[in-house]
Amino acid sequence: MKPVFMRYTKNDIINFIVLLVLGFLVIPNVIKSDYWYTSILIPWLCLTIAALGQNIVMGYTGQLSLGAAGFMCAGAYACYNLMLRIQDMPFLGALILSGLIAAGLGIIFGLPSLRIRGIYLMVATLASQFFIVWVVDKFGWFKNYDLSGATTFQKIDINGIPFHSGYMMYLLVAAIVVVITILAINMARGSTGRNWMAVRDMDIAAESMGVTLLKTKLQAFAINAFLCGIAGALYTYTYLKTVEPFAAFNISLSFKIMFMAIIGGLGTISGAFIGAAFILLFPVVLNAVGNNLFHGMIDATIISSIEQIVFGGLIITLMIFEPLGFAKLWETIKSKFRPKSQTS
Amino acid sequence: MVDKRKFKIGEPILEVKNISLTFGGVKAITNISFNVLEHEIRAIIGPNGAGKSSMLNCINGIYKPQEGKVIFKGEELKSITPNIMAQKGISRTFQNLALFKRMSVLDNILVGRKLHTKSSFLEVALQLPRATREEKVNRAKSEEIVKFLEIENIKNTEVGKLPYGLQKKVELGRALATEAPILLLDEPMAGMNVEEKRDMCRFVLKINDELGATIVLIEHDMGVVMDISDRVVVLDYGKVIGDDIPDIVRADQKVIDAYLGVAHD
Ligand SMILES: Nc1ncnc2c1ncn2[C@@H]1O[C@H](COP(=O)(O)OP(=O)(O)OP(=O)(O)O)[C@@H](O)[C@H]1O
Ligand SMILES: [Mg+2]
Repeated sequence: MKPVFMRYTKNDIINFIVLLVLGFLVIPNVIKSDYWYTSILIPWLCLTIAALGQNIVMGYTGQLSLGAAGFMCAGAYACYNLMLRIQDMPFLGALILSGLIAAGLGIIFGLPSLRIRGIYLMVATLASQFFIVWVVDKFGWFKNYDLSGATTFQKIDINGIPFHSGYMMYLLVAAIVVVITILAINMARGSTGRNWMAVRDMDIAAESMGVTLLKTKLQAFAINAFLCGIAGALYTYTYLKTVEPFAAFNISLSFKIMFMAIIGGLGTISGAFIGAAFILLFPVVLNAVGNNLFHGMIDATIISSIEQIVFGGLIITLMIFEPLGFAKLWETIKSKFRPKSQTS
Repeated sequence: MVDKRKFKIGEPILEVKNISLTFGGVKAITNISFNVLEHEIRAIIGPNGAGKSSMLNCINGIYKPQEGKVIFKGEELKSITPNIMAQKGISRTFQNLALFKRMSVLDNILVGRKLHTKSSFLEVALQLPRATREEKVNRAKSEEIVKFLEIENIKNTEVGKLPYGLQKKVELGRALATEAPILLLDEPMAGMNVEEKRDMCRFVLKINDELGATIVLIEHDMGVVMDISDRVVVLDYGKVIGDDIPDIVRADQKVIDAYLGVAHD
């Protein structure tokens, strides 16, 4: 398909407009309940950002990394301290700086990728998970010596406009997601993304074409950590609000984000959205179904084990039959319904 | 034929001197020296396991020979890595295909444009002028290569889904996209049928003739080698057993013996 504007095709632009209308016109007008904003849309969008980062490092660059929650923790507490300690610090400035701080950590914790790969790398990257959360928890300074051990994050005001309600915070997060998604698409489709994928598919050939493995891998780790840092800050400021580092940024969150990338579709941008929606919504739906259909006859623990079993099964099935995840599945389904002449 | 060439064969552009390479106890290459002249097609032949691919891997920095040196444009290279050699202007293809399997044909070729791409990831993310300008040029060059290799109909296909012969072509295209003055081609015609081989020969000759690329070619098909190469170096058991123009090499008894598998004395 021919690009019509910059490198975007007509389809891209239509998709983009449809999503913008949905996100900024339809949803704000249709959804009135705060519950939907604060408990579903906001965490979904926040975790989508993290899943995007995970997808860049794992799906595009092929580096198994498992420590998203560590970088989220770094981003959250960086933002908290910037807001706390610097007078008149604008929230968006603090947010970007937090991402950069997380990116710096991402480079450090990505260093093992230069020597090891696969499952060994995954284990090594777990260091970020444990180390960062431990440091934040251990040194009271990060939590401003709050005796409760928990941290209550500041309220967001930008240019005097309060972003306190679920609705307002949703708009803020959604706008940030739009910007990040565009940047991610530009990278993924441009020379940057090609370098990532070249390293993923055949590193020795990539090197022979002049791609620097060191730079490309660390760049992916840095971008991943940057996005996780932003995601972590938004996740705490707009969703959790009060946080205990060990409870909020545990390894299960890291796994969840990894599964979002896998289930949604490795090496796709839309997969991050789909995967995050699935992992977040599935337990909600399952609970609702369990309660409504069986009127509490099924124990909550059973429901949560069903959840685990279905996730496990899904991941294995997807890995075997559709390694590109739901995003690819969706493409395939769409192309089946499209008139023949338009495909390919 | 030779006198009609646009790019006259020149001075040695690449020399290997006394290269030895062992893997554990296995001697892959023993004390090999030869040179490659600018703008020539230089064939490396020899039976299986003779050390041909290892030789290319030493030149391009994938293997580190224990002894010997590589001289490029009269200068001895201190450190040799695939990346440095790419920057010096040496590109290559691989015997066992080393394509980016999950990327499209065009994207594979576009990766070959890496060293002509200066914009940083930030410029790409923000689509700043330099990034869009470079992307446009790179795409145009890649489309040209696709056209030259007559693979326009598959340019958007995922490379891993293509038959072997086409993948070989894509790999050549990727090497071409670098615009490197020296191309190392490791059995570019392996596994091809007669027609595909003829096409490939045509491309190699054209690349040499019209673009002036110096080509180091490993090939098993003697007919092809005799047809298109200017000079041939023959390896056997990791040693040079012949180095001359095709007609003389073909008549050499040692070479014939090596190919017929005559026992060494
Ligand atoms: N990475 C490696 N590790 C161990 N031994 C190797 C390695 N690469 C090559 N060899 C050995 O070095 C010798 C030369 O191999 P090489 O691949 O260079 O031969 P070749 O001339 O390219 O053969 P072919 O025509 O089969 O491609 C062989 O004995 C091979 O087993
Ligand atoms: Mg070989």
